[in-house]
Amino acid sequence: MSAVLVTTTINGDRTEFVCETDETLLDALRNRLGLTGSKEGCGTGDCGACSVTVDGRLVCSCLVLGVEAEGCEVNTIEGMADGDVLHPLQAKFIEHAALQCGICTPGFLMAAKVLLDKNPNPSEVEIRFALAGNLCRCTGYDKIVRAVKAAAKEVRKR
Amino acid sequence: MSAHDVMPDIELYQPITVEDAVALAERHGENGWLLAGGQDTYGWLKDRAKHTSAMIDLNAIDALKGIRELAGGIEIGALTSLTEIQNNSSVVAKFGLLAEAVAHVASPQIRNMGTLGGNLVQDTRCWYYRRGLSCYRAGGNTCYANTPEGMNREHAIFGASRCVAVTPSDTAPALVALEAQMVIVGPDGERIVAAEDFFVGPNVDIRSMTTLETGEVLTAVRIPGKWATSEYYFEKVADRNVWDFALVSVAAVMKLNGGNITDARFACGGVACVPQRLPAVERAVIGKPRNDETGLAAGAIASNGAVTLNYNHFKVPLIENLVRRAVRG
Repeated sequence: MSAVLVTTTINGDRTEFVCETDETLLDALRNRLGLTGSKEGCGTGDCGACSVTVDGRLVCSCLVLGVEAEGCEVNTIEGMADGDVLHPLQAKFIEHAALQCGICTPGFLMAAKVLLDKNPNPSEVEIRFALAGNLCRCTGYDKIVRAVKAAAKEVRKR
Repeated sequence: MSAHDVMPDIELYQPITVEDAVALAERHGENGWLLAGGQDTYGWLKDRAKHTSAMIDLNAIDALKGIRELAGGIEIGALTSLTEIQNNSSVVAKFGLLAEAVAHVASPQIRNMGTLGGNLVQDTRCWYYRRGLSCYRAGGNTCYANTPEGMNREHAIFGASRCVAVTPSDTAPALVALEAQMVIVGPDGERIVAAEDFFVGPNVDIRSMTTLETGEVLTAVRIPGKWATSEYYFEKVADRNVWDFALVSVAAVMKLNGGNITDARFACGGVACVPQRLPAVERAVIGKPRNDETGLAAGAIASNGAVTLNYNHFKVPLIENLVRRAVRG
């Protein structure tokens, strides 16, 4: 057991943190860096509530070691809004009431953002495939899919 | 926080060459644990069902990553992510069966981190075993699944021997069908093993699902050109389309000449501890047209030899119908 200094870029800011080798990236983000937007649902990769991107790849941060983030660019839900201005996905999730308890929301937003960054005009099937690794237990999926469609429209206008 | 999400102490090693990884694996022996994408590993460790005192992280070894052209076929580094394989133009063009199988693994998040090597050597999902019970596979002297009260809906219909667990891998049947070869590096150098011989049932080794010995690293998978651009069929039936493991899957490749099948390989997941080859089905379809009539006849013999448990009888018609659909296309 040993503590390791990890140097990363998180949401665009060069960030250093110390973590134990057995700590997940999720624990490091939440407990070391105070970035509590990413949630732990299951801890086993079923639910996607802990989704973040590491070098552009959407991953379950509960199944990645903190030390694996060394030299990587990590993006979390905290980096999605531009100051006080919400990302279209965030705005449309609110507008379409695509959340209730909110635990799954950060993960859904991260997964949806990865999709729209690659494909700003996704079909409903593509949206459902891209969000397949995320579970919601209260709102249901239709509102979420509708919100992503509406956000895609906004993103295309930009 | 529940005990579930707390990882146990891990002494982490991050070698950058295969030689160093092999040396570490040999030095730590039974206590060592090779880490690829970690998507199976962390479940074991968080559940406290398995333990390691030395985690050997292979992710810093560049030689284990990437997809290379190989005289008609391809070689895929064991640490290549499933997403990269799914999107690789060469894999898609030549070995659509593998691309299709990879696309059915778990979820987008897990395919982004999960590797081909990890998908192949992941351990079985039998929940009694995953729970950490002292069953045959865990070194004990009983099987909890194959008892009058045992919940064995997901378990084997072929090749059970004391243990009734099945392979959870979606890529393994595809690679067995494609006659892939496994490149393994150990303390004594490199050895090449056919995919079909790489996976072993409980009659051969009840503690391990592969021929990998302690101290050995699966470095790459080679797919020969033989089945490149052939007709293929993949279907996986699971309770959920995402994250879930196959109840039964079928992976098939066929060569056709003038509408008739001239050569074929079939392998099924979820029905045995190993990807189950179906040689009788292969013999039955060769020389026949690829249509529903041939499919019906082949499906009828696909379950020959099946031995069912209390709750998995449904796998018999399931494998029959999947083979029928694979043949008729």
